[in-house]
Amino acid sequence: MTEANGALGEDGQEPSRRDFIYIAAGGMAAVGGGLVVWPFIDQMNPAADTLALGSIRVDVSQLLPGSEMTVMWRGAPVFIRHRTEEEIAEARNVELSDLPDQDARNENAGMEGVPAIDANRVLRSEFLIVKGNCTHLGCVPTSQETNAGGEYDAWYCPCHGSHYDKSARIRRGPAPENLPVPDYFFETEAVVKLGLSDDESAIAGWTVA
Amino acid sequence: MSGPSTYEPKSGFTRWLDSRLPIIRLGWDSFVDFPTPRNLNYWWTFGGILAVFLVIQIVTGIILAMHYVPHELYAFDSVERIRRDVNYGWMIQSMHANGASFFFVAVYLHMFRGLYYGSYKAPREVLWILGVVIYLLMMATAFMGYVLPWGQMSYWGAIVITNLVAAVPFVGDAIREWLWGGFSVGQSTLNRFFSLHYLLPFIIAGVVGLHIWALHVPGNGNPVGLEARKGDDNKKDTLPFHPYYTVKDAFAILVYLMVFCVFVFFLPNVLGHADNFIEANPLSTPAHIVPEWYFLPFYAILRAVTFDIGPIDAKLGGVLAMFGAIAILFVLPWLDTSKVRSMRYRPLTRWFFGFFVVAALGLGWCGAKNPDDYVLGMTGFKFLYLGQFLTLYYFAYFLVILPVMGIVEKPKKRPASIEAAVLGTA
Repeated sequence: MTEANGALGEDGQEPSRRDFIYIAAGGMAAVGGGLVVWPFIDQMNPAADTLALGSIRVDVSQLLPGSEMTVMWRGAPVFIRHRTEEEIAEARNVELSDLPDQDARNENAGMEGVPAIDANRVLRSEFLIVKGNCTHLGCVPTSQETNAGGEYDAWYCPCHGSHYDKSARIRRGPAPENLPVPDYFFETEAVVKLGLSDDESAIAGWTVA
Repeated sequence: MSGPSTYEPKSGFTRWLDSRLPIIRLGWDSFVDFPTPRNLNYWWTFGGILAVFLVIQIVTGIILAMHYVPHELYAFDSVERIRRDVNYGWMIQSMHANGASFFFVAVYLHMFRGLYYGSYKAPREVLWILGVVIYLLMMATAFMGYVLPWGQMSYWGAIVITNLVAAVPFVGDAIREWLWGGFSVGQSTLNRFFSLHYLLPFIIAGVVGLHIWALHVPGNGNPVGLEARKGDDNKKDTLPFHPYYTVKDAFAILVYLMVFCVFVFFLPNVLGHADNFIEANPLSTPAHIVPEWYFLPFYAILRAVTFDIGPIDAKLGGVLAMFGAIAILFVLPWLDTSKVRSMRYRPLTRWFFGFFVVAALGLGWCGAKNPDDYVLGMTGFKFLYLGQFLTLYYFAYFLVILPVMGIVEKPKKRPASIEAAVLGTA
């Protein structure tokens, strides 16, 4: 410390070279300790092979209007529903103010935080593709396919009673968020690819409505 | 240890050892000539019972680990193989699974004993806090152990509990992915849970050592809540641990083990859940996900918060309430303002305590039920509402009743000493 800005220590003495060395050494030890600990924490994050399994392709050409399929992606279910005209109309005939969660929860590039209108949750309006774990505690909601779609005849989580609508948005119950839309695009007319690289995201065709 | 050591090495070898590593002296002073209040009742035997069950769980667990395969494709089958094909595997697996339940029965009785007789009060605050640490470690161990058989309840219980972490603001999703080691509960999760499930019991054993150390500084509490007198009167208030309490503990341990054997041999699956005999399926959620019985009260508290509290949404609120229900035990020694330890001499508070026990059991009942079902068929009175009322009482007991009663309650006259209480000459 120079005299110009030299505050005095508790004992009225100016900090000495020894104080500086003491603090510098302690600081280095803390940083070094953190660097040593980090690999032992980070090893628990998803491994490279787990991340590499992050993409799948699904043929949806056999999926008829009014039916749906559940595919496994990254160890968890994804709902792919071929919606009828009536379902699309019902999903679009909802005021934003009626939605508990007004974020579209769309994980595609450029879609962060957009309003939860149906057009912001689908790439092609007839195909609704959402992750199939309730945003409350992760159960798999039951579907209208089995006449167990809840109050909005779409999806219903039996664990704690969350009702989702024709756009898989939360409408009633403890779930805080809409079912999220994974990053995907139509590689061809018939094939959906889930889990995109940066290059694919750029040409996926998602636009904010 | 209280008082000077009375150990006298008898042989040449023990004298030689005692001057180098006085380990026999430590054992003697801790478990043979340890002065123990002469009025301990059977509620004081659960500490010994718990020690026995920690050993049972570790021994059976090490054996099961010789046959278990921590892989998402083989785990379920390997447990079934243990139950059917491994020599005596049916018995050892049953001991381990039911042992967990009996471990928790004993720990809950041990904790209620502490709450009733004021065992958490000065000078035993650290002893109590170490006990709460052991309880938390037990919960983590039991949760991860229940995941290992990789049945439907294992898997979906793991999904629900790990999803609680996502309620943490901002970093919740990142922590959840870190816990999972993937994008969902899967192979990485199972493998690390196995590793930690093997590790934690040894950590528990270490903290149990500290717990006993902290016990042996002030010595045992007792039902009248008076400290044993020092000096010459000490002998009138206490008995040596051996043979008086070694025999009493051994008798209680045997009775408890007999009940344990009834479950192990005749009712091995009664405490389990039928859905856990179905292999884990990430695409199909069981109709009702319920935790093991020993977590039900906390599950009910988790689900009781169905409303937002200011900036805290219902989900985070439920998680905070659930962890708060345990965290509050850490500060209990400073919440109870009464100087009187034993509820025997607290005529009002003991009624509040009685209802606290009822509330804890009632919360367990709520946790087992669908929150939208009606209590005893009474239309309109949902289990949700009962759970909310009991949750309120649970917190009120610690935050309102105990602090206030210590000030307003007039305690009954206490005996002059432990000796006087035993001889009835108070």
